[in-house]
Amino acid sequence: MRLRFVVPAFLFVLLGAGFVYALVAIQSGKKDPSAVPSALIGKPAPEFALPAPQGFPAGLSAADLKGKVTILNVFASWCPPCHVEHPLLLDLAKEATNGGFQLVGLNWKDKDEKLAAWFKEAGNPFARIGADPDNRVGIDFGVYGAPETFIIDRDAKIVYRYAGPLTQELLRDEIRPLLAKLKK
Amino acid sequence: MMRRLILVLALIFAALPALAAIAPDEIMSDPALEARARGITKQLRCLVCQNQSIDDSNAPLARDLRLLVRERLKAGDGDDAAIAYVVARYGDFVLLRPPIKATTWLLWFGPAVILLGGVVFLWLRVRRPKVAPAAPAPLDPEEEKKLAALMGESQPKAGP
Repeated sequence: MRLRFVVPAFLFVLLGAGFVYALVAIQSGKKDPSAVPSALIGKPAPEFALPAPQGFPAGLSAADLKGKVTILNVFASWCPPCHVEHPLLLDLAKEATNGGFQLVGLNWKDKDEKLAAWFKEAGNPFARIGADPDNRVGIDFGVYGAPETFIIDRDAKIVYRYAGPLTQELLRDEIRPLLAKLKK
Repeated sequence: MMRRLILVLALIFAALPALAAIAPDEIMSDPALEARARGITKQLRCLVCQNQSIDDSNAPLARDLRLLVRERLKAGDGDDAAIAYVVARYGDFVLLRPPIKATTWLLWFGPAVILLGGVVFLWLRVRRPKVAPAAPAPLDPEEEKKLAALMGESQPKAGP
C-alpha cells in the first residue's frame, strides 16, 4: 500500500534531480546544448593549400601540419569574439617554442587589408596564416563560425576542436594539458 | 469582406515558398539540377541558426553550403553523394532528419516504446480480476448480545 506513494515520489525526485543537474551544468558552462559535435575528431586534417593574406610572409597548407603539433585558430577581423580571445593567442604564441607546437591561423571569410590593419595594431600571434576568403577550406574543416580552435597532432590528425572564443579556464583545463600530452 | 480576407490569406500562403533565402545569383541554369539542389538543401541544417534548413537561412554559412551543394551536383554527384559530402565535414548533426542507427534508436523508437509500455500497463490494470470483498466475520456472542440490546431499544420485539 505504501508503495503507491513511494514510487511516484521517488520518480518525481529523480526527475527533479535531473533538471537541477542540467541547469547547473549549463550555467557553469560544462554543458552547452547548442554545441555542435565535430565530425572530424580523430580524422586526418583535410588536404588544402592557402596563400598568405597580403602583407604576411607565410601561407598555410596541409604539408605544414605534418611532423608538428599544431594549434589552428579560425579567425576573422570582423568577428568580435576573435578580438576578445586575441590576447590569449598572443600568450600561446610565446609558449610555442618551449611547448613544442606551432600556432597557425586560418583567416576565415575576411579581407586582407582589414586583417593587416588589425594585426598592425594588435600584433600577430601566428607563425603562418592561410587566407580563406571563400570558405573553401573552412567547410572542409567543418567550421561553422569564428573563432574555432583545432589541435592537430604530429600525424596531421585532428584531436581537438573548440568552437567559440578561448578562455583562461579552457587553456588551463583542456588545451595546455592536451599540448603537454601531445608533446611527448 | 470575408471573401477579401480569404483572398489575402491565400496570397500570403501562395507567397510562402518565396521566403526561402536563396538569392537569384545562386540559382542554377539547369532547372532539373536546381530542383535537386533545393531538395537537398531543405534537408540540411544551418549550423548558425540551428532550427532552419540552409534553404531557409540567410546566414552567410548557409549560402556557402548552398553553393557547395550546387557545385557538387554540377560535378556529377548524386543526391546521396552530395549529402554525404556535407555530412563528412559537419557530421550527422547537419541532417534535419537524423539517420536510424544504434545511437539514435532511443530517439526514433523511444516514444513508441513508452506508448506501448503505457498500453500494456493499462491493459494489465483493467484486466486484473476484481477481488470480491471478503465476507465480514460472523458476530461473536458478545456482539450478538449488544446488537440484540440495541435492536430491542428501538423496536418492539417481533415474536416468531
